[in-house]
Amino acid sequence: MPREDSPGEGRVVLSDADIARVLKRIAHEILEANKGASDLVLLGIPSRGVLLAQRLAAIIAEVEGTAVPTGALDITMYRDDLRKQPTRTPMPTSIPGGTVDARVVVLVDDVLYSGRTVRAALDALGDYGRPRAVRLAVLVDRGHRELPIRADHVGKNLPTSHSEKVRVRLLGHDDHESVTIAGGEP
Amino acid sequence: MSDSTASATATMPRHLLSIADLDADLIRTLLDTATQMQDVQRREVKKIPTLRGRTVINLFFEDSTRTRSSFEIAGKWMSADTINITGKGSSTSKGESLRDTVMTIDAMGVDALVMRHSASGAAHQVAGWVDAHVINAGDGTHEHPTQALLDAYTMEQRIGGLAGKHVVIVGDLTHSRVFRSNVLSLRMLGADVTVVAPVTLMPSGIRAWSEADGFALSNDLDLILTGDRGVDALMMLRVQKERMSGGYFPTAREYTVGYGLTRPRLQRLVADHPKVVICHPGPMNRGLEISADAADAAQSLILDQVAAGVAVRMSVLYHLLAGAEGGAA
Repeated sequence: MPREDSPGEGRVVLSDADIARVLKRIAHEILEANKGASDLVLLGIPSRGVLLAQRLAAIIAEVEGTAVPTGALDITMYRDDLRKQPTRTPMPTSIPGGTVDARVVVLVDDVLYSGRTVRAALDALGDYGRPRAVRLAVLVDRGHRELPIRADHVGKNLPTSHSEKVRVRLLGHDDHESVTIAGGEP
Repeated sequence: MSDSTASATATMPRHLLSIADLDADLIRTLLDTATQMQDVQRREVKKIPTLRGRTVINLFFEDSTRTRSSFEIAGKWMSADTINITGKGSSTSKGESLRDTVMTIDAMGVDALVMRHSASGAAHQVAGWVDAHVINAGDGTHEHPTQALLDAYTMEQRIGGLAGKHVVIVGDLTHSRVFRSNVLSLRMLGADVTVVAPVTLMPSGIRAWSEADGFALSNDLDLILTGDRGVDALMMLRVQKERMSGGYFPTAREYTVGYGLTRPRLQRLVADHPKVVICHPGPMNRGLEISADAADAAQSLILDQVAAGVAVRMSVLYHLLAGAEGGAA
């Protein structure tokens, strides 16, 4: 049900129920593409990507009865726009088992936009080993790629303009769950 | 992720000359970042691209093992080019002034000068002459800010947050830049601090300072170690023979008896406070201010301090060099 949260919050494009459904579908897609859960590692990009990776792992555990190793991959130190803004405090990285050698890594993030975050994540990943394959799962793809990068699993394709702002809220990080879009030309 | 999160930190100063340039929030940022940097230290591939293309010069006019090498390793692991210049091998030994030396290096277009000098205030003065970021790696008897940061980091790793903890600093206060920086940072982090030294090794004016900054003074180590307040961390300072022209205490033996962490003192301390931690900024005079038993005790954090030195200096280099110039977005 689309709803207006409060003035300035923008239009809701995914409700909490939508997010739950979308994650269920992505989890199934991941399993289908990988023909099961073997060798899978889910790595979320902080901060909300980590929550999404944990949620996907929980769904996979329910479906397959296997616990998929889940971790976090911080990309702060690998960004290509470090000089354009004040420094940020890096977030924890945790690689289950300490290496991604020969694993199938699924990177998980909330919003795919320019693709630069994913580029940085691929660089960071290379410092932890050589995965057999790397896939990308995102909750929202809002377009406007600046690099030749695409997602393997997308929750929702959301055509946007540059001036619009997409906000993802997830329990565990925010007080409710939604994806909203605000700003831009009416 | 470009849409969400991204909370910018408070503005880091352009130079790190003194702990007084920071506040509790900035120290927190530096220590939190150091935690993540220590992950790099534990990785197989100890290299991140963050400072690619930057040049860091270590300009050391005084001897150093751990500070200089840890700044060098920190820079290299972050992909900066790091170069060491020592006073002895540089043109200052031919009579060039400090100003000409640093202006010469600065003219080559370096990004950071990590400087140690025997004159208090040297780093501060140099910061006014150069375009590079200046990091004080020890200036005379004034300050050694990255040492205080790594001390705080190491203690926190073992005993948790420092707020309300009792840290006792013992030794040559007059000549110790480590003590000066540590008192400032520990107070900012909310620790209770007691400093202990013989009267002859207490700098003039310390009473007024201790009242202003809220730390305690004592001349009696045993009284403090057995006191009701307890001890969470004990920091032994090095007796700086090279800065003393004699007369501060009658004999080394007498200093050890009064203020050294001897084996009997250690045994009693550990019996009273099993969770106490022992720090020493190094290099140690074993048998003078710290016994071998204490230096190698399970409570000793001395090697953890060295390991933390690299992570903390990576954090400092990152926050000073990696972001937008002038801290603006």
